[in-house]
Amino acid sequence: MPLLDVASEAAGSNASEARPGGPHVFADRVWRDGEFHRDAWVYAGEGEPLPDAPTILSKSRWLAERERLRERGAPLGLRLEPGERVDDIAADLVRFALIALVFPKFVDGWAFSLARLLRDKYRYSGELRAVGEVLADQIPFMRRVGFDSFEVTHAPTRRALAEGRIVEVSMHYQAAWDGAPAGGKRPWLPGR
Amino acid sequence: MYRYDEFDAEFVRQRVAQFRDQVNRRLSGELSEDEFKPLRLMNGVYLQLHAYMLRIAIPYGTLNSRQMRRLAHIARHYDRGTGHFTTRQNLQFNWPKLVDIPDILEELAEVEMHAIQTSGNCIRNVTADHFAGAADEVADPRPYAEIIRQWSSLHPEFSFLPRKFKVAVTGASRDRAAIQVHDIGLRLKRLGGGLGFAVYVGGGQGRTPILAKLVRDNLPEADLLSYLEAVLRIYNLHGRRDNKYKARIKILVHEIGAAAFAAQVEEEWQRIRDSVLKLPEAEIRRIQAYFAPPAFDTRPHKTSLDASDRDFERWVTRNTCTHRQPGYAIVTISLKPIGGIPGDASAAQMDAVADIAERYSHDEVRVSHEQNLVLPHVRIEHRREVYAALKAARLAEGNAGLATDIIACPGLDYCALANARSIPIAQRLSERLAARQHEIGELKIKISGCINACGHHHVGHIGILGVEKRGEEHYQLLLGGSAAEDSALAAITGPGFGPEGIVDAVEKVVDRYLELRADAAETFLAAYARLGAAPFKEALYAAA
Repeated sequence: MPLLDVASEAAGSNASEARPGGPHVFADRVWRDGEFHRDAWVYAGEGEPLPDAPTILSKSRWLAERERLRERGAPLGLRLEPGERVDDIAADLVRFALIALVFPKFVDGWAFSLARLLRDKYRYSGELRAVGEVLADQIPFMRRVGFDSFEVTHAPTRRALAEGRIVEVSMHYQAAWDGAPAGGKRPWLPGR
Repeated sequence: MYRYDEFDAEFVRQRVAQFRDQVNRRLSGELSEDEFKPLRLMNGVYLQLHAYMLRIAIPYGTLNSRQMRRLAHIARHYDRGTGHFTTRQNLQFNWPKLVDIPDILEELAEVEMHAIQTSGNCIRNVTADHFAGAADEVADPRPYAEIIRQWSSLHPEFSFLPRKFKVAVTGASRDRAAIQVHDIGLRLKRLGGGLGFAVYVGGGQGRTPILAKLVRDNLPEADLLSYLEAVLRIYNLHGRRDNKYKARIKILVHEIGAAAFAAQVEEEWQRIRDSVLKLPEAEIRRIQAYFAPPAFDTRPHKTSLDASDRDFERWVTRNTCTHRQPGYAIVTISLKPIGGIPGDASAAQMDAVADIAERYSHDEVRVSHEQNLVLPHVRIEHRREVYAALKAARLAEGNAGLATDIIACPGLDYCALANARSIPIAQRLSERLAARQHEIGELKIKISGCINACGHHHVGHIGILGVEKRGEEHYQLLLGGSAAEDSALAAITGPGFGPEGIVDAVEKVVDRYLELRADAAETFLAAYARLGAAPFKEALYAAA
């Protein structure tokens, strides 16, 4: 179930463009390391042959084709929907250069906890991407639990990111993915 | 009490700036109402029937005179002169303008207050025993509530939970914090040579009232945050998001079973318990030091009571309790004047309470979940002066724990969720029962204007639930609930009543109780436990 066809999109213009009947889509829709990027990753449709390019699979497709994909050279990514578990594929996680966690609605915070598990418990060190309804006011929280890239199609959020206008609270009362503990008062805090 | 350090102060300042930006983006149209709603809720801003409502956090119900005066000032300048104290030890203003709210938050920040996480699907303001530090207890629960407050503030992982999440802490065996109707209830206990917690999970009221289950009886205090984090993580991963009414942790615990739930938490907790979340002894003691008892006057005290003033004597009997320090009393300030709005206080009354607390109660005030205020440390000789000062402020009703000490949610007079009005029912019941309340004795009446149960009707000795029936306000009657250590859920008596009929119905139940009680010492709840529902149903529904 491709969210967007990245390959054809990347061939188009860099600016936002409207698809008939669809939302605005952007070629450079991935925010990473402080800027928007044209993204090489392609979502594999169910049942379609995998392109010889970095491809993001569903968990079900990975489980079905795991053995066959062992020989594949091009990078693989994994897309997880709310409620999908990773304990049964823990040993496979190292195979993925990217894991995309879906926020079907911005108020659905399931992925915040799965991100923590991936980073802390499973020591996943690849790219962790927030996809779906990714909005400005959630991005600081996403960063703190371990996301390092964001697929952003919401126009005000894109502007806020591009213009550095996301107002956030830089003081944190809890250690998360983003910092080691400090000594002194409140030892459960990240370094500050 | 706790004082902000530079870190706390800067955190709140940044949070106000962030919220100001969010309000500006809403006002400019950049944020839609759908996008703004979860953001404003996380900072205590509701959109009610007639206006925005701002809910201000009073962490574990403790505040000082300076803070109380600031609340009075906000009531005067930004509201219509009144504040409403809630069942979660918070304060609500019903008439602020959205554009003013960032300024109100700045005023609050100056006195070390905020509105963070007083709503929304996040970890809410942590509540605690309102007699903490004054009553008999294993240890003061507030240092732990403060640690939880800090840890849960803007927690990146737990700010978009399936549903709201409420934590209550008590250090006493007498449960005044209603811990078993919270998502997590913590009861301090001695553990080996130190302290620890009995941890209850999955309680709540609302549409599906459930008492919390004991999931761990012996959690060492050092492991408090790691265990909470494990509970919250399991909930956030597995809690239901398909149905708002099945999204609370109580449903998850109920559906998978308390034992299976506890096992999942245990596995995650074992993984993280020796992490950075381990609370060092020194840090716990540092926070505890903020809550050290005040310098009590230990000179001998006079206990004689001038019995010539019956109202004063009754007030002493009902509204003062034994303090753990000889020579002191805990004073309950009733916010339930006969025929008044439960929990409301005018700006002038808030200022009066601030003055009295400063002079007679070591500068401390508490908010109780029963919508009253508490002066925790009053020297016994000062009861007379305190009473006189309260009387001058029209705050001296001697009805704590009696039939007119009614809990009521804002109901359809204010709340966008309500199906029926609560306040007028409370007012009429108060007027109806006032003359006999001392004869009736302890009786907790709790009224909710909808199934969400903010008025705690499930745990009322007498509970009233407002519903809508064919476009009319209609009220169900429940009997036999309790929020104390003998926690019980009340049962519906039978067919409901109209707005007039419900007042008559409560009176019939009271009449039957007075008729059947063994003696004046047998409370309504005890009589109900002995007699069962049948005689009361008979009084209510048998043909006249």
